[in-house]
Parts: sequence; structure tokens; C-alpha cells
Amino acid sequence: MKKKIACEIDCADCAAKLQETLRGIEGVEDATVNFFTRKLTLSAADDRFESVFAEVVKTVKRLHPEALSTL
Amino acid sequence: MPVSVHKGTLFRVLGVLAALLVLLGAEYAGLLRQLPEICHFLLYFVPYLVIGFDVLRRAWRGILQRQVFNEYFLMSLATLAAFGLGIWGEGEYPEALAVMLFYQIGELFQSHAVEKSRQSIAALMALAPESVWREEAGDLKSVEPEDVRVGDIIVVKPGEKVPLDGRVLSGESFLDTSSLTGETRPKRVGPGDAVVSGCLNGASALRVEVSAAYEDSTVAHILDLVENAGFNKAKIEGFVTRFARIYTPLVTVAAVLLAVLTPFWGIASWAEGLRRACNFLIVSCPCALVLSVPLGFFGGIGAASRLGVLVKGADALENAAALTTLVLDKTGTLTTGRFGVTELVPLADGLSSEVLLELAAHGESCSTHPVALSIREAWGRALDPSRVKEMNEHPGYGIEATLDGKRLLLGKAQLLEMSGIAVIHDKPGRALVHVAHDNLYLGYIVMADAPKPQSGEAMTELRAAGITRTVMLTGDSEENARVVADALGVDEVQAGLLPDGKVEAVERLLAETRQRNERARLGFVGDGINDAPVLMRADVGFAMGGLGSDAAIEAADIVILDDDPRKVAKVIRLARATLGIVRANIALALGVKAGILALSTLGLASMWAAVFGDVGVSVLCVLNSMRTLGMAKRV
Repeated sequence: MKKKIACEIDCADCAAKLQETLRGIEGVEDATVNFFTRKLTLSAADDRFESVFAEVVKTVKRLHPEALSTL
Repeated sequence: MPVSVHKGTLFRVLGVLAALLVLLGAEYAGLLRQLPEICHFLLYFVPYLVIGFDVLRRAWRGILQRQVFNEYFLMSLATLAAFGLGIWGEGEYPEALAVMLFYQIGELFQSHAVEKSRQSIAALMALAPESVWREEAGDLKSVEPEDVRVGDIIVVKPGEKVPLDGRVLSGESFLDTSSLTGETRPKRVGPGDAVVSGCLNGASALRVEVSAAYEDSTVAHILDLVENAGFNKAKIEGFVTRFARIYTPLVTVAAVLLAVLTPFWGIASWAEGLRRACNFLIVSCPCALVLSVPLGFFGGIGAASRLGVLVKGADALENAAALTTLVLDKTGTLTTGRFGVTELVPLADGLSSEVLLELAAHGESCSTHPVALSIREAWGRALDPSRVKEMNEHPGYGIEATLDGKRLLLGKAQLLEMSGIAVIHDKPGRALVHVAHDNLYLGYIVMADAPKPQSGEAMTELRAAGITRTVMLTGDSEENARVVADALGVDEVQAGLLPDGKVEAVERLLAETRQRNERARLGFVGDGINDAPVLMRADVGFAMGGLGSDAAIEAADIVILDDDPRKVAKVIRLARATLGIVRANIALALGVKAGILALSTLGLASMWAAVFGDVGVSVLCVLNSMRTLGMAKRV
């Protein structure tokens, strides 16, 4: 399953690092943090998608508290 | 970043800039010399906090989260160290304040530039429909595009975008397809015609039966491609990512060594060593590269979509820039894919081409065979049905009819020869319609799949764009292929190929291309429907006329949405320009940073120079990358 959410990061280097971090999370098949379109795209297995997504959101909120203001 | 944040930062920057100028003036006039040291310090430190508090806060947060090496931390460390030096009487407060101020000015410029680029890209994204008018029990209801199912009936009002792919049930209108294909001439549609999502409806409403759900529609495909264009797949991207990963830690360690070793070896005072180390920290962010390289590719891909060309990733652009050999499919790519009259050869005394065609058109007047249709189309004038009697089709051979009371034979040589009429064979391998009237051989009509009107220009432009070898592949006969190749100026022809043969031919050509130059790339241009394996095998697969064809979008690296072959050269030029800009940015950023690191080591670079090496270069690179956004007009 794939999901796309708005994610506002205001430095390109930070977005690249965040992407790296998210890809390291258990269960994440693919994650992209697109600095230009301000979108975070997550792919993970259907059966555990909810838990992986929650973990990703938690990580983003910890590292960049203002990024997911719309969520 | 919302506009309000921009404004806030702008006011802070202007305020602190004014404060700095006043302070420098007072310093120059000697007014601050009598002040106690603590007041002197605070006069600079308070504006420093005003301008730099968010940087300091983020640096602190980074430390708490054990992700220390971000640019905020390094900038904070460098400026605080400069203040520290000031307190010890070894440095100057103005420098510390100015560094933070100029860093923020650079950031402001940079985010403005990025915002501009975003807006250009958002304009591309405006293809996406917001709502759909769906017919529900005679009423129109506004629903989300995602909720519409295949078979639903929707209404596209005048001036609205077609939200989903479908077929017109009723209504006639003109569609503006320019956002998809770059083609500015409106396309007329009426009942039974397919409409593609993303087109803009003209003056009247259309009732449309939906043929694809939103996620399968053309618009969704295009948006997905542009948004997720694989930036990480390009080689240059990979280089930048790897470089960024080692660069910051390396420079930071070098800064520490510099601060420790210069005083230890007695080369300079510890304060001087610290000052040089601060410069290292300031230029230690690879921001200029991390920001400008993806932005350059993004702009290039965006510019391509303005031309009606989908580029499926930065790697496709990178490979397209290195093309030297281009393999083109004949039918449907360089030619129209339809048989047409290309030549009239009257051979009887005193017979004009026009009369030959007139006789043939009348003879074919009742047939529905494609050849008959093409001949009638070539004649293009009214036919007199009363002249034709008793028409017989001989399937596979031609037509026998009575015209003006005399027997007319139209078709293959065998048809005429069976009636004892001698036929001239001087064009072996080509499709000919021989004509005989009243037992007299009159000549023949050459039928061929004619080149598209733009194909000749397309080949010239390809050569100008730096393609050194062009090869045409076709399943058609050698003779037919030769005629097209010679007319268009294609270098080589490989004819009579089955689909497997095309893959083999491309593999051979790939090997030859690489043999000549390891970095050279081979592209294949095809219509995407039958050519999927070849499209995938080539370094860069161009699918032509891909609008609405999922197979093409799937297999190709670059999809040309309409069927204009000139766009291949345009994309190649665009790719070369994009890569040029990206490489220039890398050279500029690395060059300036290396220069400042070298000069700082020797103590020859001021902190001002270091700030230029960080944000200054970043801004220059971003501005350079932004040029790609406007390239669609120039290629």
C-alpha cells in the first residue's frame, strides 16, 4: 500500500536526511520526502500499513515538529 | 514556507541590518569605546539573538535528538565561537553578528527562489480536477474524482477540465489539449469520441461516459510521474547524496584538527586557529548541491511536460543528454502509418497524372478497401457515379469495372497480365496499383506509408542536437523503407524485421555505440504499442503518441504525448541544457568551497568569504537551476 501526505520541511538537506531515516524504519518498503512538492510518500505491506505509518508519523513529528501541521 | 513567515524574517533582517549599520557607524565614530565591555557585547548579542534565535533553537533541538550535524548547529557554533573570541578580545563582535545576518539573508533569497520554482511546478500540477459533475437520477451532483466509477455519466461544463478519461455521449465542443500535448490547436470532439482527462473544455457542455477510474486516468498517471520522478536514480544525484553524507563530518573533523593543531604546532595563535576552524564550519553544509541538483532536474522535467513530453525520471534526462545514436521505428513514428498515394506514373502517350488518378478514383468509387479510400482521398474531387458500371472486386488482386463503356483494370500486375496486358516492372518491392483502360496499359500509382510532414525537419533537428547516427528499423520491405529513409535523411535502414529482430538489432547497435564511447547512449523512438520490448532494451525509450496508451507509459522512459517527431530533438536539447546547468552548479559549489577551505587553512579568508561560500553559492546555484524552468520556450 502507498500513501501520500503533505510534509513541509524547509531545508533540502534535512529532507534528504529525514528520507534516509524513514527508510531505516522497520516495515518501510519505500519512503520519499520530496522537498519540492512537499510530499511524503510511504510504501509498506498492506497488513501492517497502519502501524508502520504511525511509526513514520511519530518519527517525523519528533525530528521536525512543524512538518506535519496539516495532519 | 508560508508568506507570513517570509515577511517576519524580512522585517527581522531589515531591522537587524539597520542596527548593524548604526553600530558600525558608532564604532567608527569611537562612541562605543567608553562603554563597559558587557554593554558592548550586549549591543551586538541582542540583535544577534533577534536574527538568529530560530537557528539556535533548531541547533539545540538537533543536539537533543542526537542529529547534531545540521547546518543550524554548525552556523550557531561558528557564530558563538566568534562572539567568544570577541569576549577574549581576539575578535570582533560585528563579524559574528554579520555572519548570522548574511546567513539569514541568503536563506531568505533561497527560500524565495525555491518558492518561485514551486509555483511554476504547481502550475503544471493544475491539471488535477477538484470535483466532478456526475449525473444521478437526472440531477447533477458535484462529487470527488476518486468516487466516480467506470460507466458513470458525467458532465463537463464549458471552461472546465475534463476530470476523467471517457467517451462523449452527447454534445460537441472543442478541447484545449495544450496542457497535455503542448499543441495549441483545439481538438474538435463529438459523440463517440474519446476524451482524455486534463484537457480543457471549450464553449459547450459534454456528456461523457467514464472509461477509467481516477487512479487509472491519464491525469493521475501524469501527476504521479512528475511528483515521483525518481530523483535518486540519476548518477549525478547518487554522487551528490554520497558526497553530502561524507562531506559535513569530514569538514567538521578537519575544523577541530585545525583549531587544535595550528596553535599546537605554533603556526598561529589559538584564537587564529579557532577563527580558521569557524570558516570550515560555515562552509561545511553541502546545501548548494543538495538543493540545486534536484531542482535542476525537477525544472528540466517540468519544462519537458510543458512541451507535452513526460520524462520518467532524472536518470532518463541524464541518459537523453548522452545520446549519440538514435534508432527510429518507421511506421507510425516517422510515417503516418496510413497508406497514401505518393507518386503517379502515367506511361501512355499524352496521358496526364491527373487523368490517371481520375480514372483510378472512379474505378475505386464503390470499394471500401483501404487502397480505394486513399486513392479517392488523393483525387479529392466529386465522382460521377453514372460513368461506372459493373464493378467486380478480385480479392488480393484488384478491381475490374466498366468505365465509360470500356473495361478498366486496377490492381496488381498479375491482374492485368491475366488479361494479356503487358506491365512495366521498374519498382520491385513497392506497392503499386497498375491501371489499364480499354485493354491499354496506362501506368501505375505508387502507394506508400507517407512520412509525416514534420519528419524531415525532425531528422535535421536531431542532427543539430548532436545525434551522430540514425537508424530506421521496420518490418516493411527494404525498398519501401529506403524511399522513406532517403527522403528524410536517415543514415541507415534495417528492413524486414520481426518484433524479435528489432530487439536483436537494437542490442547490436547498443554494443556498437558503447564500443565507440563508453559514455554514449542509444535511444529508440517507437509508437509504444508494439515496441514495448525494444523501448525497454534501449538506454532511453521514447514512446510516441502515448496519450491514453498505458503500455507506452509503462515501457518508455520518455513519453511524447502527441505524435510530433520533432519533439525528440527538443527533449534531447532540453536534457543537454539541464545537465549542463546541473554540472555547472556542482563545479561552482565544489570549486568555491574548496577554495575557501584552502584559503581558510592558511588564514587568508575572512568569515565574510565563508558566508558567501555557504549561502551565497547556494543562492547562485538555485538561481542557475531555476533557468531550467523556463527552458520549454527556448528549445
